[in-house]
Amino acid sequence: MNREPVVITGLGIVSPLGSTVESFWSSVTAGRSGIGPLTRIDASDLPVRFGGEAQGFDPLQVLNAKDARRLTRFIQFAVWASVHAWRDAGLDGASVDLDRAGVFIGSGMGALDMLEDEHRTLIDRGPDRVSPFLIPGVIVNMASGVPAMHLGLRGPNLSPVTACASGAHALGEAMRTIQRGDADIILAGGAEAAMTRLSIAGFASAKALSTRNDDPAGASRPFDRGRNGFVMGEGSGVLVLERLSHAKARGARILAEVAGYGASADAHHLTAPPPEADGLQRAIRAALADAGMKPADIGYVNAHGTSTPANDKAEAAGLKGVFGAALDEVPVSSTKSMTGHLLGAAGAVEAIATVLALHHGLLPPTINYSDPDPDCPLDVIPGVARTKAVRAALSQNMGFGGQNAALVFRSLAH
Amino acid sequence: MSETGTVSGQELFERIRAIVVEKLGVTADVVTLEASFQEDLGADSLDTVELVMAVEEAFDLQIPDEAAEGLTTVAAVVSYVEANKA
Repeated sequence: MNREPVVITGLGIVSPLGSTVESFWSSVTAGRSGIGPLTRIDASDLPVRFGGEAQGFDPLQVLNAKDARRLTRFIQFAVWASVHAWRDAGLDGASVDLDRAGVFIGSGMGALDMLEDEHRTLIDRGPDRVSPFLIPGVIVNMASGVPAMHLGLRGPNLSPVTACASGAHALGEAMRTIQRGDADIILAGGAEAAMTRLSIAGFASAKALSTRNDDPAGASRPFDRGRNGFVMGEGSGVLVLERLSHAKARGARILAEVAGYGASADAHHLTAPPPEADGLQRAIRAALADAGMKPADIGYVNAHGTSTPANDKAEAAGLKGVFGAALDEVPVSSTKSMTGHLLGAAGAVEAIATVLALHHGLLPPTINYSDPDPDCPLDVIPGVARTKAVRAALSQNMGFGGQNAALVFRSLAH
Repeated sequence: MSETGTVSGQELFERIRAIVVEKLGVTADVVTLEASFQEDLGADSLDTVELVMAVEEAFDLQIPDEAAEGLTTVAAVVSYVEANKA
């Protein structure tokens, strides 16, 4: 197979730490929490009343009033992040072959907000009152379909759905698609807006969420002994993936290379990883092999690090399984300590953090890491960012359903 | 009948215009009686369905599909509601 490198030339984001790359990066390196009380829903009777709501997001900056009204929130997020990534990459419709520009944006949940509203309409007012925009509003693949309509991108278009690994799978599959020669450019990532009453109730019933209602900013504490569940967040991350020669030919700024991708299934349990996270290990090993690297080549790991007791322990064991003694030399952080868990958007937002870490030589921290869990023996970067020039970094995600994806990014600046 | 009809016709138009403005995201000045939803106001087939539902809701009507298909202009909706409202 022709393996021309695939590089990243643009970034777009919606997040609890702001909806520009600059605001996100300054917050995520300063160790600022984006978690607070839920303001968009009535959470008064919910067991969890806090989360990471998107900040600095205004749909009317990228959509007209009519489209903003008929598109659901996760789709609006996808459009925002796509438009910003497209501009950030210096792209415009006139300069590239739009038949060879695609969109791969995944989502874990789709528009539960609209599903809940319209189900209430069905019950209270009957089937004749259910909105004609229900179906196009809730189906997950609109996360890719609508940005393509908006930017006129007519190449390959799909939306991976692998729960919390959706964003990472989207990036990996986009890289493969470009490697195969099926596209020059793909906008890839994830979008999620699932902080609804039904979904919070469901995740809470599954005992997945932190219930630290009296301390929202301290609730997401990956690898800390006091962690007691994840904190939900919302947003979108979109990265412009591009064939290296294509990027060079148009003089694009190159942030990093997507050097390796690995995917696997646990084939184990609905929601729990196996104790040694052997599925994750296989995904990481595959990504390293794909990149032609050894564990010792990795200078930074952006962990899945959800802050659930089971995930963090299994993930640490999985990293130990892959890295062995070399793990002591690898700084690890979970940016979910600041953003919360963006579910289907997590892998993409974390890829952005990882790419910026490579680009700036600055590794984002894990906040709320005050009581290191001896069951997670990792070099967790506490509090604020650590300055360290790094040539390659790993980011991985594990989804409910046992679906894992790992990505290796390489700096081209050295 | 004709005088009250005229007054309620203007009221009806204004109520329907408000619905159209809200559902189609257009400004009130372009919602004239002659305006066609699809040709002048940018509505697509989904918008039209939603518009008819909103009119049904506002005036407590059931508009059969065959009748809804003929409601292509603002004036047609005003006339239909005037003739059929409870």
